[in-house]
Amino acid sequence: MRTTRVVSIVVLLASLAASAHAKLRVVTSLQDFASIADTVGGDRVETFALAKGYQDPHFVDAKPSFILKLSRADLLIVAGLELEIGYLPPLIDQSRNEKIHPGSPGYLDASIGCDILERPTQVVTRAMGDVHPYGNPHYWTDPENGRVIARAVAARLAELDPAGKATFDANLAAFEERLTAKESEWRAKMAPFAGTRVVTFHQSWPNFAKAFKLEIVGTVEPKPGIPPSPTHTLEIINLITAQKVPLILVEPYFDTKTPRYIAEKTGAAVLTFYPSVGGIPEIKDYIDLFDYDVNAFVNAMRGHQ
Amino acid sequence: MRTPELHVCALVIALIAGRGAFAQEAPPPQPTPTPAPAPATTQTANYFNPAISVIGNFLAVGGSNSVDERPSMSLEESELGLQAVVDPYARADFFISFSDEEVAVEEGFLTFTALPWDLLVKVGRMKLAFGKINSLHPHVWPWADSPLTQDNLLGGAEGWNGDGVSLAKLIPLGETFSELTLQIVDGDGGPFAAPKRSDLAYNVHYRLFGDLSDSTNLDLGLSYAFGHNGVAADTTTGIGALDFTFRWKPLRQGTYRSATVRGELFSSRREQDGGTQDAIGWYLAADYQLAKRWFAGARVEAAEHADDAAIKDDGVAAILTFWPSEFSQLRAEFRQRRYGGPNSVSAETYTANELFLQVQFAIGAHGAHPF
Repeated sequence: MRTTRVVSIVVLLASLAASAHAKLRVVTSLQDFASIADTVGGDRVETFALAKGYQDPHFVDAKPSFILKLSRADLLIVAGLELEIGYLPPLIDQSRNEKIHPGSPGYLDASIGCDILERPTQVVTRAMGDVHPYGNPHYWTDPENGRVIARAVAARLAELDPAGKATFDANLAAFEERLTAKESEWRAKMAPFAGTRVVTFHQSWPNFAKAFKLEIVGTVEPKPGIPPSPTHTLEIINLITAQKVPLILVEPYFDTKTPRYIAEKTGAAVLTFYPSVGGIPEIKDYIDLFDYDVNAFVNAMRGHQ
Repeated sequence: MRTPELHVCALVIALIAGRGAFAQEAPPPQPTPTPAPAPATTQTANYFNPAISVIGNFLAVGGSNSVDERPSMSLEESELGLQAVVDPYARADFFISFSDEEVAVEEGFLTFTALPWDLLVKVGRMKLAFGKINSLHPHVWPWADSPLTQDNLLGGAEGWNGDGVSLAKLIPLGETFSELTLQIVDGDGGPFAAPKRSDLAYNVHYRLFGDLSDSTNLDLGLSYAFGHNGVAADTTTGIGALDFTFRWKPLRQGTYRSATVRGELFSSRREQDGGTQDAIGWYLAADYQLAKRWFAGARVEAAEHADDAAIKDDGVAAILTFWPSEFSQLRAEFRQRRYGGPNSVSAETYTANELFLQVQFAIGAHGAHPF
């Protein structure tokens, strides 16, 4: 009898020790947050992103395979601002995982604390298209918001895995140092093009534009989420011609037919601009994202000149 | 009339506030501003109100059909959705359906979302997880009408909903989603009718879902339902169903191109006067996304009548759907149905050609996209 008790205690302790070393399972809506969680969490976390970097983050299918991922998650990181409203709420409800419900420690809204732009100052209606009543949800395209997100992730990971706090703090400090250095590099590269007027396909880039001093003068979509219309396309052609706009930035998941038509009529160049990690295989992490986009922008501008 | 006064008020407040701010030292610049989420309304009385949505379904029908008569034009259904979290343990969903004949609670259930052992329990009135489309609201179906499997074998176009309890357990097979659902409801819904209070209806549903690649996935379902049918005190009906849905959606161009193929096969065994009737029914349907807002679809179907398998109906349909936005949808459907004889028109087969024009629209809370 005593030996069985001793054995069971040993087994219990061993399993506790094992669980203490088990990796935290982090599920994120976007690959950008997964990249940040990987950087900050190191080998104490394993991450999975629901949306791929080359996918329209508004339209992700609520696949049951995601229910399985969420059912085992310790932490769910979302963009918030209703970006995931079309697929995430039913997945969370079916996850059978209390830990990741909104309001629980395992639910992190990455937008909290970030610089959120385009918060509506008037009553919004759907006559304005697919507007987000809490502000523009594409905020991670400002690297300073990436810093805020990384800090929030580090704090939350430490809450869920107190033993890893020192690791998370060290990883965060290293990330911030690298980000700061990279930011000055990116700013220096972008400085000659400060004030450049651009047209984008969807309203995904106000944070990027603010961070790198670009001016977005129009969108190919007449209203958020509404596909291009002939009259609006004509307006954009006139706008690009009048304001000498050199570039049309298009997210990888949009049809380039209308942008290419506009480019042909105006002489502006179409540039595929990646809003997320994983948009193409070269963009492996959050730093790569800006490296790639900044270089692409600079090269396109030089080519245009 | 009151706006000028309000403006003056606002100005005065702004001035006072501004003076206060000037009196103090300018605050140090904050590198990371933490703005509170914009409160839509600060009235706490409204704060916990459920998310409200209304979906309208308008249907115009051309052609003639003496077996399945419908009005030329009608607001077929107005569905009011009320959804909220109840407490830390559960959420509640109500769908109230207004039609020409009645106002009915289409669904109204409590879902316990915080249970152990990968369980999800629902209590209340719900659409049963029998086959595939019976569990979906008709406004998310890819057609303007119901397929013959519902009409002939599952108690009518509305299908089967019941009052009771649903227990769904996740049984993961590695990375493959697998779920077993057991439902026990009152014996009076869909194809069932209970002579006694103790005659309940039962449904078992097993669902398997796997990603075949990033852009393709397969959804399989196996269902079996059993209950009394009300013909006599102890006559029963048992129905089995097989359903599959194959989806293709290349993630990068997913908002422009996608395709779905789905089908269901029902097999019913009904005990009644004069012996047992074995009836089968099926449909096979496909949808192809032509452009961002355009979908073309087709459906073929056939089903015997549950109470007289000698009568067999079949049909074909072609569907074109346009979505002006996520919140409205225009659909045209051409349908040819051949009703086996004897039917309400003649002793012979009766053929009906019809054109459905459907307009659906949603206001209020943004619901999840159907999957």
